[in-house]
Amino acid sequence: MTLAESILAGHSSREHVSPGEFLNVKVDMVLANDITGPIAIREFNKIGVNRVFDPIKVVMVPDHFTPNKDIASAEQAKTVRDFCRAQGCHYFEVGKVGIEHVLLHEEGLVLPGDVIIGADSHTCTYGALGAFATGMGSTDIASAMATGEIWMKVPHTIRFNYTGKPDQWVTGKDYILYAIGDIGVDGALYSAMEFGGEAVDSLTLEGRFTMANMAIEAGAKAGLFYCDEKTTKYVESRARKEYKIHKPDQNAKYARIIDYNVSQLEPQVAYPHLPSNTRPVSGASGVKIDQSVIGSCTNGRIEDLRLAARVLEGKKVKDDVRCIILPGSQAVYLDAIEEGLIEIFIRSGCAVSTPTCGPCLGGHMGILAAGEKAIATTNRNFVGRMGSPRSEVYLSNPAVAAASAVAGCIVSPDSL
Amino acid sequence: MIKGRIYKFGANVDTDAIIPARYLNVSEPAELAKHCMEDIDEEFANRIKAGDIIMATSNFGCGSSREHAPLCIKAAGVSCVIAATFARIFFRNSINIGLPLLECPEAVEGSCEGDELRVELETGVIENVSRDKKFQARPYPEFMGNIINSGGLIEYTRKKLVSG
Ligand code: SF4
Repeated sequence: MTLAESILAGHSSREHVSPGEFLNVKVDMVLANDITGPIAIREFNKIGVNRVFDPIKVVMVPDHFTPNKDIASAEQAKTVRDFCRAQGCHYFEVGKVGIEHVLLHEEGLVLPGDVIIGADSHTCTYGALGAFATGMGSTDIASAMATGEIWMKVPHTIRFNYTGKPDQWVTGKDYILYAIGDIGVDGALYSAMEFGGEAVDSLTLEGRFTMANMAIEAGAKAGLFYCDEKTTKYVESRARKEYKIHKPDQNAKYARIIDYNVSQLEPQVAYPHLPSNTRPVSGASGVKIDQSVIGSCTNGRIEDLRLAARVLEGKKVKDDVRCIILPGSQAVYLDAIEEGLIEIFIRSGCAVSTPTCGPCLGGHMGILAAGEKAIATTNRNFVGRMGSPRSEVYLSNPAVAAASAVAGCIVSPDSL
Repeated sequence: MIKGRIYKFGANVDTDAIIPARYLNVSEPAELAKHCMEDIDEEFANRIKAGDIIMATSNFGCGSSREHAPLCIKAAGVSCVIAATFARIFFRNSINIGLPLLECPEAVEGSCEGDELRVELETGVIENVSRDKKFQARPYPEFMGNIINSGGLIEYTRKKLVSG
């Protein structure tokens, strides 16, 4: 069995499962946020049970429109907060909250071998830990909150092997953007993506979170990495419960095996309006930008901020560019302060925000006007994603986004 | 039996196009329906008549997990969505909330914007009345059929819990 199949079998009391089978799967963590939570709660209340199946396995993270941007979003956050208080589920208040997919692994709430479902498509992020994590809708979440189980169809697995040694500005973001550019936004539809190879082994956990995060951008159900020594070291001090390590069998059956060599890979830029419209940064040079956004559940971790600071140190953000930095969590924010990164950002003319999704989904904290262009370390560049339907978003890694903020147009950090 | 006119879209219609995130500070379907498809077709919400059908090529509903997307399509009066393929989460969400979806690349290929369709959900037979052609949609897997027949996932879960 592949890694995905092994985890799903383990959660449905089965020796063996095959792609295409329908299973009832036990879940280790159920997640919703301030947008999807209210609908999940509404549907949960229709089921007719009073309590969630296990409050320590339910978490709600108000991260999208918080600190509340208006009355309507304050009402939504309140609905979620009141529910969690009454049920005793995990809830992270502003001041402690971060972006859900930066926070949960930091808090040790998601672990290797777990099945995690979330009413947020980027729930797939936790696959970096060697977990089966997938996004669903609010109604699925409501049903799982009542029963502790969810139906799933076992996906077939596409295996991605990354070999070679990357250039200093090439990151996990570039590996995954390249793959999405290659297979397309539906290239892994209904599949699990399993990542391996020496180039992936040498990534930090942060780099792996970034890659797993964007599996959904290829249409995948999940994106999985093996749990190795780096992973166990990462979870060691955080884990709040036991966990089990799953490995793919030697003779696991893959729907497809795809090999990439990253030695010649350049940082990638995804042009509007699809994450698959990728080009090497050298081919994107010169696009004038109005805003650079560094943050999100894709690239809002400490390693991402370090990379941006390395590029920005001693330089100035171009006069007519707005560079907005959003640490993904309070812990990331604090590390960035202690490491002197925040000072570098402010001295170079960036705005630093409290952790929030903010502009990533066109919520608040940096919305684009018609005709404006932004480079962003986020994961989606759909029409209107960051504001006006007539604005444009280009996706890149944090080094390219920082360099572009200085140059005023999309450039490689090498050309500063 | 569903009867309605086709609104046809291309590939990769994402959930931000179906309902932009700027409207997600509320979750009432009727409120959301006012902005259905706004960023790719400003007039959609005004032009659509109850019973009309959305048709699209591949990967319809890709992107976010927001259930607001199928909810707002349903509340706008759309009777069903026919596409060559659907994005995974959108497919689940629609089944769960009772928005009928049909996968039928042939019907998409053989129909145009404005054509009139007759759709029989039970059999998956799609008849293009304007062109006098018939198509057969892919059947739902049995497991999903059970959810649909129960009237959505919440009812299905309720029954399951009651029967122990
Ligand atoms: S940062 Fe962006 S992609 Fe990530 S959870 Fe928030 S809105 Fe979604």
